[in-house]
Amino acid sequence: MTTKLFGTKVPRVEDQRFLRGQGRYVDDLLTDDPRLLHAAVLRSPHAHARITDIDVADVLDVEGVLAVWTYDDLVDAMAEPLPLLIPHPTLTHGRTQYALAKDEVNYVGEAIAFVVAVDRYVAEDAVARIRVSYDYLQPVVGIAAARAADRLVHDDVPGNVGARMEQENGDARAAIADAPHTLTLELDVERSACTPMEGRGTVARWDPDTSRLTVWSSTQTSTGVRGCVAAKLGLDLAKVDVITPDVGGGFGVKINHPWPEELLVPLAAMTLGRPVKFTEDRREHFISSAHERAQVHHVEVGFDDDGRVLGLNVEFWHDHGAYTPYGLIVPIITSTQLLGPYKPLNYRVVFESLYTNTVIVTPYRGAGRPQGCFVMERTMDAISAYLGKDRTEVRSTNFIQPDEFPYEHGLVFQDGRPLTYDSGDYPASLAKLKALVGWDEFEDFRAEMAEQGRRVGIGLACYVEGTGVGPYEGAHVHIETSGKVKVATGLTTQGQGHQTAFAQIVADTLGVRFEDVEITTGDTRKMPYAVGTFASRAAVMSGSAIHLASLRAREKALRIAAEALEASEDDLEIADGVVTVRGTDASIDLGTVAVLSNPLRYAFDEASKAATQFSVGDPGKPPVAEDDEPGLEGKDFYSPERSTFANGMHAVIVETDPDTAEITILKYAVVHDCGHLINPMIVEGQIHGGVAQGVGGALYERMAYDESGQLLNASFMDFLMPYVTEVPKTIDIDHLETPSPLNPLGIKGAGEAGVIPSAAVFAAAIEDAEGFPITAMPISPSELFALRLEHADVPAEAIAEETR
Amino acid sequence: MKPAPFAFLRPAALEEALAALAREPGAKVLAGGQSLVPLLSMRLAAPSMLVDINALPDLGHVSVDAAGVRIGALARHAHVLASAEAAEVQPLLAMALSHVAHPTIRNRGTTVGSLVHADAAAEMPMVLRLLEGSVDVASVRGRRTVPAAELFAGPLESTLAHDEIAVEAFFPALPAGAGVAFAEIARRHGDYALVGVAAMVETEGGEVVRARLGYVSVSDVPVVVDVTDALDDPAGKALADLEPAEDIHATAAYRAHLVKVLTPRVLADAIHHARQKTAQRKKS
Ligand SMILES: Cc1cc2nc3c(=O)[nH]c(=O)nc-3n(C[C@H](O)[C@H](O)[C@H](O)COP(=O)(O)OP(=O)(O)OC[C@H]3O[C@@H](n4cnc5c(N)ncnc54)[C@H](O)[C@@H]3O)c2cc1C
Repeated sequence: MTTKLFGTKVPRVEDQRFLRGQGRYVDDLLTDDPRLLHAAVLRSPHAHARITDIDVADVLDVEGVLAVWTYDDLVDAMAEPLPLLIPHPTLTHGRTQYALAKDEVNYVGEAIAFVVAVDRYVAEDAVARIRVSYDYLQPVVGIAAARAADRLVHDDVPGNVGARMEQENGDARAAIADAPHTLTLELDVERSACTPMEGRGTVARWDPDTSRLTVWSSTQTSTGVRGCVAAKLGLDLAKVDVITPDVGGGFGVKINHPWPEELLVPLAAMTLGRPVKFTEDRREHFISSAHERAQVHHVEVGFDDDGRVLGLNVEFWHDHGAYTPYGLIVPIITSTQLLGPYKPLNYRVVFESLYTNTVIVTPYRGAGRPQGCFVMERTMDAISAYLGKDRTEVRSTNFIQPDEFPYEHGLVFQDGRPLTYDSGDYPASLAKLKALVGWDEFEDFRAEMAEQGRRVGIGLACYVEGTGVGPYEGAHVHIETSGKVKVATGLTTQGQGHQTAFAQIVADTLGVRFEDVEITTGDTRKMPYAVGTFASRAAVMSGSAIHLASLRAREKALRIAAEALEASEDDLEIADGVVTVRGTDASIDLGTVAVLSNPLRYAFDEASKAATQFSVGDPGKPPVAEDDEPGLEGKDFYSPERSTFANGMHAVIVETDPDTAEITILKYAVVHDCGHLINPMIVEGQIHGGVAQGVGGALYERMAYDESGQLLNASFMDFLMPYVTEVPKTIDIDHLETPSPLNPLGIKGAGEAGVIPSAAVFAAAIEDAEGFPITAMPISPSELFALRLEHADVPAEAIAEETR
Repeated sequence: MKPAPFAFLRPAALEEALAALAREPGAKVLAGGQSLVPLLSMRLAAPSMLVDINALPDLGHVSVDAAGVRIGALARHAHVLASAEAAEVQPLLAMALSHVAHPTIRNRGTTVGSLVHADAAAEMPMVLRLLEGSVDVASVRGRRTVPAAELFAGPLESTLAHDEIAVEAFFPALPAGAGVAFAEIARRHGDYALVGVAAMVETEGGEVVRARLGYVSVSDVPVVVDVTDALDDPAGKALADLEPAEDIHATAAYRAHLVKVLTPRVLADAIHHARQKTAQRKKS
């Protein structure tokens, strides 16, 4: 009997390959091909300028340069702006850039010219020789400048406002006016970015004999890239294959597509008749991919003596950078997901999405939720402080209760569907978290530490995360005559362990050995219908599709096996790849069933010989029945009616050094509910990674733009991604499993969870340690020191002395 | 992030390297490459030639005698850090080196290269200044010894002529009755310090007769301040000579504050160290 793998800590099969350096990333491809060419991009050194002239005369003299493109060389669809992928009725002033800048540049890093040469060194030499003349324009940097609108990013976008969106459930302003207590808060979150270890990269090969284009891209959506490439280059979709090899991290940035290079590389490959590679370098990744997180929020809240929120009115301003290729996904998520596990009686949210002369903004792990969580949790803490109540008590008062699911918020979510939570048990999660972190014992610990002259604080933050958004994902399961099972699903993999988790589902559903299952992702030749890997959707969407497709393959296997074994399907069971008549010795291998499923003329292997002892099919009918197909396969798609909502709660104990203002993490605890766990080890890995990234976002990382729009820290020297030494050595994790009713496996997404509450939970703990409000994140020791001076009960002269 | 074209020479004899440097005004020495290669890749430096000194003989030594520690141009930070003899004769070396970058970088980066690179945010130039060490340099014109006080000209600028190679650094031994200490605050483990402080005190009969402090990251060049006369407010005295500046990681005020926090601690540690050492000497 095959033991059930779903829910067990199966070690990740992909790790062997990755840890031994056998991963194959885009940059590893075609390295042996002497015909391979390399691309480099001339990027704008200015944040805002008109291009008056581009002189490439000196470039073609460089030995080893094959071609250079500027905007003037682009024709037809390539000369049009890049697509606005996700339009929205409120995005009244959406703008996208051109593959190569036309007349104007709007951020430092915007692509201006594309050079192809024999190697990247020569390509960069050539780039350095392109002479561009600019008329400088005043740049708009930061939300304050964008709102002031003294200058415009795009002349035809008044006020720098790309979109204004408002949603309301009830009458929040009236409820606040009538509430016994009210508070207002101003809350800031700065820019950061995904910064995967592997940047963007694309390789393309054009085969003139077959007129086929093959594109390999480090993307989170190979089907999306395929569609764009075909449309932009005027190719039939059938002539374009897009393959996503191993990807060294995405975290959201690689869902945006097409990047200019994703089109220019195939264009160059077709034009020059040689394969072309573009591998983004680290500086390029900082200045020409995407950022996220920058938002400024104004909160008004009205509540009663228990802390019950009667009215919540949130206005916020979202910095979306120079263009809006990915629409309004991030601010829409903030505006809907900031509610978390709570049910304010009346809620109004308004946001403006603003242009600035900085790198574009697309979703970064969490995608607007970290900001929303920061807003809601800071508000909960402010209410608790105001009422002098325990922070967990005020939260409990506002929780949606377990018997209230499905819970409708009366708002529209990012997928255009009603914001309806499917399941959860927030009181149970909170009870687990309090036990895990030692909430009730903390005051003793604080006193004990104070005796040693040490200062500590505790914080908690709760979130709800809409995961597994539609529209759909599909899977194809093929049982070969060897009994091996080949599974294809179209979405891509960036290190999540899909090979392992998906194989667990197949092994259980089909009754085959885990080792016999091979999963292919992100290859449009194998599965041309797919959406992509983002929004914590892979397990829910492809996991469910793979389960459904496996069921179909199983159904067919049982039908054929029943005939071969002359038994009733109801009496059959499948385990370890063998179909057995329950309680007898009569059995048939799935491989043999696969042979029988395909009435071939020819026998070439042992499996075909083994099959000769069975007979199936009615000699009076065609070998393949009318409603049947040859082969032992199953294909299905999963398309849920709406998202499923995972949730979690984090708590952290920090120590702040009274002298140096350094912030140290003493304990980090996570209670996580993503429904049924396919593989707890993988989920915990996702949480570990998310928490690490969240520590970076809360305490280390930021995009330091100066007023002229130069990014001052476009390297890992100055963009402080935490090292392993900066993240907690241990993270205490407890799981709650409230299954989703929306999919057959009862699962919810887990990919983004770890990062969502970081800003909120660290702000809460630092505030608790220091005794003054923390309203802007991230926070550095230098900033904490400045806040101490500001809040110290010292005369102004002393501060002047200290800051002199 | 690929360097501009350059010629590459990997001589097997010092004379050959010196001749090449004299011949080629645009040439640069390549030691561990941990500072130079990133500059090349970002095209912030574009030398016409690299003279790679890694194949030169007899430069990998860390030799220790009663006078002090002599470190050859090809001795890696990791090698110096691992030398128990060096740590015994001059404990400040290991104290400071453990804050220099990360193990992988210390495996390649050279201590002498770090001195010549003259980064005011780097630990070892300041340590050389504080200990009043020196660097031996060679060129086609011959050899000379440059005292630490004359080595650092400005930000990332040493007083070496373009055609000179630093062949050895000398860090004097800890004198009897002396003690040292080091502390720094960095944003992440292994990062360049926001502020770093080292102290060297000399005592006689348990009393401090000389106290000097060295600072990292609060001026353009490594600064050493004599606080023998200001033991009650050493930080105040030091700040008069320092120029804490604001950057994206810290305000000037915060840096000044860290100087105030670290200075008395480090000074006290050094005094403690001196007394401990003296006690040990008496025992043996
Ligand atoms: C991520 C990272 C973190 C780091 N953190 C720190 C840190 O915290 N503290 C710190 O002090 N350093 C740090 N470093 C720098 C490191 O210590 C370098 O190795 C060192 O500064 C230079 O030594 P090198 O041998 O690598 O020199 P190279 O990079 O080879 O050369 C540096 C410069 O010195 C010149 N040069 C080198 N050797 C000689 C010589 N013998 N004669 C004449 N000229 C010479 C070169 O021409 C070049 O201009 C860090 C480096 C990295 C990459």
